[in-house]
Amino acid sequence: MASDYTWVLIFLLVGVGFAVVSLLASWAVRPYDPGGQKRRTYECGEMPKGSAWVQLRPGYYIYMLVFVIFDVEVLFIFPWALALRNMKSAGLGALAIADMVIFVGVLAIGLVYAWKKGVLRWE
Amino acid sequence: MRIPVDPSDWLILIPEFILLGTAIAILMIDAFAKAASDRSSPWISLAGTAGAIVAAVFLWGNPLSGFGGMIVNDDFGVLVSTAILTGTALAVLISVDYVRREELPAGEYYALILLSTIGMLLMVSSANLIMIFLSLEVLSIALYVLTGFARMRPRSQEAGMKYFLLGSFSAAILVYGVALIYGATGTVDLQSIADELISPGVLGNPVLLAGAGLVLVGLGFKVAAVPFQMWTPDVYEGAPSTVAAFMSIGSKAAAFAALVRVLIFAMGGLRPEWLAAVWVIAALTMTVGNLVAIAQDNIKRMLAYSSIAHAGYILVAVAAANRLGLQSIPFYLIAYAFMNLGAWAVVTAVTRKGEEAVGLSDYSGLFWSHPVLAGSMGLFMFALAGIPPTAGFTAKIYVFMAAVAADMIGLLIIAIVTTIISAYFYLRVTVIMFMERPAEPPVVTVPTPLAVAIAVAAAGTIWLFLFPGVTQSFTDTVARLL
Amino acid sequence: MPPVTWYLYVSAALFCIGLFGMMTRRNAIALLMSIELMLNAANINLVAFSGYLTEHTLVGQVFALFVITIAAAEAAVGLAIVINVYRTVQHINADEINIMKW
Repeated sequence: MASDYTWVLIFLLVGVGFAVVSLLASWAVRPYDPGGQKRRTYECGEMPKGSAWVQLRPGYYIYMLVFVIFDVEVLFIFPWALALRNMKSAGLGALAIADMVIFVGVLAIGLVYAWKKGVLRWE
Repeated sequence: MRIPVDPSDWLILIPEFILLGTAIAILMIDAFAKAASDRSSPWISLAGTAGAIVAAVFLWGNPLSGFGGMIVNDDFGVLVSTAILTGTALAVLISVDYVRREELPAGEYYALILLSTIGMLLMVSSANLIMIFLSLEVLSIALYVLTGFARMRPRSQEAGMKYFLLGSFSAAILVYGVALIYGATGTVDLQSIADELISPGVLGNPVLLAGAGLVLVGLGFKVAAVPFQMWTPDVYEGAPSTVAAFMSIGSKAAAFAALVRVLIFAMGGLRPEWLAAVWVIAALTMTVGNLVAIAQDNIKRMLAYSSIAHAGYILVAVAAANRLGLQSIPFYLIAYAFMNLGAWAVVTAVTRKGEEAVGLSDYSGLFWSHPVLAGSMGLFMFALAGIPPTAGFTAKIYVFMAAVAADMIGLLIIAIVTTIISAYFYLRVTVIMFMERPAEPPVVTVPTPLAVAIAVAAAGTIWLFLFPGVTQSFTDTVARLL
Repeated sequence: MPPVTWYLYVSAALFCIGLFGMMTRRNAIALLMSIELMLNAANINLVAFSGYLTEHTLVGQVFALFVITIAAAEAAVGLAIVINVYRTVQHINADEINIMKW
């Protein structure tokens, strides 16, 4: 009956079991030596230097904000692309293209404004 | 597959497109020719607003609906749009010298004003809950920025943050309510909701009632109705005076238009349920707004509470939900646009750089140094108090008549009593200006665009009192929508 | 498929968490996150209703897309406002940003 779910259950048990067993095994065999190098931040082999609480460049935030806006606008292009075929078969293909040209055009103008205001300059 | 879109739909949006084009032009001039933009952007935006008014009036008397019924342009919408565009035009006029004095970036300022106006116009003509939410956000996001626009002034920053947090909180409540209404009725189209409400199974659905309640709360924040008014005084005090003037008209008018469309046009069948809530909110709004205004020493905060109180009177008309009520709402909004913007124009004239001199004492003896300015302020105070010969009187009479016609005597009595109370703090300003005679009356400069705005507002305030019939024929057609 | 009420419970819980956050949190960024939770609760509702309503329309799903975009725009503007406040007062504790009182 629930054979599909049996596999899921087995998978779950094996997964959890693997984690528990390996954690227990390492707890049993490892030496206990806190402090020293272990408190260091792990940075892919790089030695960390200074504090993480430094002031980031304000330009970074503006850059990020602009990115968020333009990133999300893609959301509207996907449904539009899906509806395009229907629009075309209804004889409204030109209208659909015009809509998207206006949409992207307004966005492009926003980008031009950000660019002229120096938001995109990374100095 | 039927696609409910037609190229001619774009005609309905001509006023919005004119404003959009103007805003983009201002931004581009600002980006490529900064110096020219500082000089020209107020006049460009004024021209764009005038163009939008002309386009809106052309749509008059010719109800259009488009984009699959998402946008309607009926006479109610055109009237409220006129109120909003009037407010925008006057706000641009009073901004010309203010923006220069406070050293605000001109291009962005006027572009944001126009973009916010687009949101307001769209909200007025929304016939669909999605459109109401989207246009609410378009108008609000621009206003959040404008509120915090004086970036170096801590009060403006704080106002921007408070307005943003409470504004987006209310928008989230609104959209949750919309989702519930969508679940209960299966549609977000206002006309279809009205059709659905005929069936008793839908009417008693608790999901629908919860949704309607949340939408009422969300829009209540925007019109600044008690108990959702807590942001108003701080935002009006901290925001640049011109921005406060602009949003006291525009966002209120747009939100009331949406409230009328949702409560009366779409949920008229649910009136027995929402009437009690709107009744209580209206009564609280009038009482709290007027009573707390008495205690204010800061003219901007006083006008903020006055704006709350006026929302209460318009809510009386919404609660009445009859022919007279529907007629009085656009009239009230247009009258309010003139008298309130006039008052804010005088405030803008009296304040000094950095938004100083906003206490009532700064108006002491204004009459003796600037008789015309003080006289106009007196007129606007009379109008806001509802004393003839001003449009404020006519507007209040219309609302009272609507309440009588709807047999809401209790609410009518509260409205009349609070109007009498409100006369105290409005007339106090007049008394301070005319009766006190300090050794050195305040000296202010009134630049020409500001003087023009005050003159237009004063003329409008009296004109609507003398000829309420001008809008009477307009509002008659509005009432036929019921 | 589970009944639609399950989705409503999840979304109502999410909405209430957001509401609770709005009431109790002080950090402006945490308040912003609470608002996002509330918007996402509405999104869950919209998509769930869209799937369960008898006439299968995409209205709810398309609405959810709009809400996501609006949320992003709101977050961008909100963060800009909060950063601006932070530059002046060096903290974003909403309780302490109150020069103006009613």
